[in-house]
Amino acid sequence: MSLFRTELRRLAKRRFTRWMTAGGLLVLVLVAVGMFLSNQKIGPDQLAEARRAADQQHQEQVRWAEQERANCERAKAAGENVDYYPADCAEITPPPRESIEEQWFLPSTFDFRKSFGEMLIPLAGILGMVGFVVGASFVGAEWNTGGMMNLLLWRPKRLTVLLTKLGALLTGLLALALPATAAWFGSMWLVANLRGTTEGMTSGTWQSFLIGGLRGIVLALVAATVGFALASLGRHTAMALGGAIAVMVVGQIGLGILLSMAQVRFPEAWLLPTYAIAWMTKKVTLQDWQACNATYTGECEPATLDITWQHSSVLFTVGIVLFLGAALWTMRRRDIT
Amino acid sequence: MRVEAGQVHGFLGPNGSGKTTTLRTLLGLIRPDGGRMAILGHEVPDRLDQVAPQVGAIVESPQFFPHFTARDTLSLLAGAGDLPEQRVDEVLELVGLRDRAGERVKTYSLGMKQRLAVASALLKNPRLLILDEPANGLDPGGIREMRTLMRNLSEAGMTVVLSSHILGEIQLICDSVTIISLGRRVAFGPVDEVLAQHSSGAVRVRLEAVTDLPVAATALTRAGVRVTANDDHLMLAGVDKPATVTRILAEQGLYVSELAPIAVDLESVFLELTATAPVPGQHRQVDQSVRVDGTAPSAPAGGGWGA
Repeated sequence: MSLFRTELRRLAKRRFTRWMTAGGLLVLVLVAVGMFLSNQKIGPDQLAEARRAADQQHQEQVRWAEQERANCERAKAAGENVDYYPADCAEITPPPRESIEEQWFLPSTFDFRKSFGEMLIPLAGILGMVGFVVGASFVGAEWNTGGMMNLLLWRPKRLTVLLTKLGALLTGLLALALPATAAWFGSMWLVANLRGTTEGMTSGTWQSFLIGGLRGIVLALVAATVGFALASLGRHTAMALGGAIAVMVVGQIGLGILLSMAQVRFPEAWLLPTYAIAWMTKKVTLQDWQACNATYTGECEPATLDITWQHSSVLFTVGIVLFLGAALWTMRRRDIT
Repeated sequence: MRVEAGQVHGFLGPNGSGKTTTLRTLLGLIRPDGGRMAILGHEVPDRLDQVAPQVGAIVESPQFFPHFTARDTLSLLAGAGDLPEQRVDEVLELVGLRDRAGERVKTYSLGMKQRLAVASALLKNPRLLILDEPANGLDPGGIREMRTLMRNLSEAGMTVVLSSHILGEIQLICDSVTIISLGRRVAFGPVDEVLAQHSSGAVRVRLEAVTDLPVAATALTRAGVRVTANDDHLMLAGVDKPATVTRILAEQGLYVSELAPIAVDLESVFLELTATAPVPGQHRQVDQSVRVDGTAPSAPAGGGWGA
């Protein structure tokens, strides 16, 4: 227990941890402020303004149609051969007023029930990134500066030391992620109250959002564990960060291009972010537009592939078992030099 | 290698001979491929976790997280070892870092980092202290303080194993030594015994009259003593008892003004045992030292420092 407490202290004392945490929280604050500034509450004034704008656009359309019809009739009378006008100039008519919807002219508003689920994705992304780099640096810097060797001279049980460090990291991340998620719920609720609407919330919606928040925290914990394991494997923070960049460049861009060139069906199914989004949104439906599933009305529907959160959970579990298992194995077997 | 409790033991060997590897293996950092090791009566590495709280060690150059202060560094180690915070202040005082304890380690000189490393090893108040090159980077005053500290710790009952290349220090501090070459032991035992075993029995003789030196050389050579004549003195080798020399010379009516046995020091014994003494015009390579299986060190192949 003393080792666990010490590792928690070490984690909190590290400058990198503090800067990354502050940076992550700052980004979240900026997103929340941006949401506040870019949304407005819809009231009678906004509705009236939208109606005015729709009327104005309709009138412009009417003017334009009348002008074009006049031009058409003039051209026909002059015997000009203009093929961009219809045979009968009377066909040039303005759109009906109803086709210009007033809601198009409403300012952006934050509908908590409709949009908060999506807003959990940036939260999970930022927490995951903070978890990954702090996790990698926490153990990578220890290896790099000789701190791990010093610690092993005090606590020679290597696996206990590594797992205790990981436990401290995940506890620390949880201590950050839980209040951050709660604050995110609160701030978005506030934005919705002041610059949108919170109508239509039911206990089922709340439950779904809470589960979404938990998914985000789990994703951050997974990212932290993978970063920690990679840095421990390479005994350097750069191993994890380099690995992440390599995956992003080679995996996301390179593999994406390669799969497209090879005309693989559903290339997104091979890319990691698809699984992260599927984890957060429960399901991602991929579409293959080069396939035709004919409907009874004769339309062509693209072939689809559903990536569900269960697929993602299997992938994350396999990733953790592989990377953490390798890190533990090397910790046990490799000499400390 | 055997170290008696309460002694200060020197562990010596040329670069690359395996000192640090031996210490790392002993401390569980490197997996042994054979043999048997025990610390304070406990077989290691199997029971290292039981014995680790009683062993303080620094291995090779001191390495610490550069952005933590010395106090933070020691405090975290004390926390990991379940030691009271008060112990941190004690060891900071002991190694002379009390007034600089609040500064980041990255601002420390090598000598200050070395002091911090010794402090971290002393934190547990161990029964066995293993120090690899503890005087590395220390100023002369620091070396003397370190020597005094080792002596005091030993007198307080702590066993100290010291690896160093400053052989004059080792000779002053240590009760016993182990010398290795290419991973094998070439000498061990109390310092005095090791020196005596490798003493050449050399004696320097001066006479009242320098003009009598040739006569004295002839008499001694006739008695079976190897003599090297110098301008104002004779160097004798293979002399068991200096009294024999005075007797032979007295019989010739020659009177000795100085008869001094030439004492060997640890450095010369080390160089002789490991065959690492510099040879003019040759560049010794790192692994060129004596093998205990009798194989002579291979001839220098050129290159090396200054080549």
